[in-house]
Amino acid sequence: MLNVLFYTAATIGVIATFMVITRYHAVHALLYFVVSLLSIAVVFYVIGAPFIAALEVIIYAGAIMTLFIFVIMMLNLGAATIDQERTWLTPKIWVGPSVLTLILLIQFLLVMFNTGLQGNEMMVIEPKEVGVSLFTQYLLAVELAGMLLLAGIVGAYHLGKRKKKILHRYLETKEDHG
Amino acid sequence: MDNIPMETGFIIAGILFTLGLTGVMIRRNVIFMLMSIEIMLNAAGLAFVFAGSFWQQADGQVMFIFILAVAAAEVSVGLALIILIYQKFKTLDVDKLSKMKG
Repeated sequence: MLNVLFYTAATIGVIATFMVITRYHAVHALLYFVVSLLSIAVVFYVIGAPFIAALEVIIYAGAIMTLFIFVIMMLNLGAATIDQERTWLTPKIWVGPSVLTLILLIQFLLVMFNTGLQGNEMMVIEPKEVGVSLFTQYLLAVELAGMLLLAGIVGAYHLGKRKKKILHRYLETKEDHG
Repeated sequence: MDNIPMETGFIIAGILFTLGLTGVMIRRNVIFMLMSIEIMLNAAGLAFVFAGSFWQQADGQVMFIFILAVAAAEVSVGLALIILIYQKFKTLDVDKLSKMKG
């Protein structure tokens, strides 16, 4: 039973990842990428890492993909956006990711209503063990990761900051971005 | 975990990593390249979790959390760079950006 779940999810993940690198539009690729991350979350759940599965859904599919979508939206400003949107939202485009996520939903329901799956076949590593290991053995690495994230915040802020105008308005050159 | 051999997991992680590497090499759009790098990081994390699950140790999952932190930092800086590149050059094609002068 779990084997079937595992291989189906892994197949969906590989197919969706292949679709990611062959799409022309970035948004289509993102749709498939979210499907791929969700299926890998199922794989994590099956091999006994439920905490990592939750992190994969919340942080990867939730936060990092949202960042990508924000940036793509920022870059796509313009009058032609609505026409573009109309051509994008044809069934041909959303049917692929929808079918793959539907299979994932069926798997999720199977796991939810089959409580017998939990104890017998899986050797689950609890979040508690992960937390204990993280904050005793790997404490230094946690601090290093914190420094890295701080550097990421400062770097992103510095790069995204708008330049302050210092010229007098008569000397002002035309802004080439808007 | 008894039913699923570890080799299968590593094969899946390897396939995903190769797909990501292919994406970095064949695409010339910076956003797609960044996405492919994400795929590669994710595949590496998958391999770590598989190994940790095979030996019943929490270390693999700890490593995945670190990979997650690295991916988040990389994406935030990378996307800020993409916005800057687009504002400056009006394109996301990396071939057109190859004449950067330091």
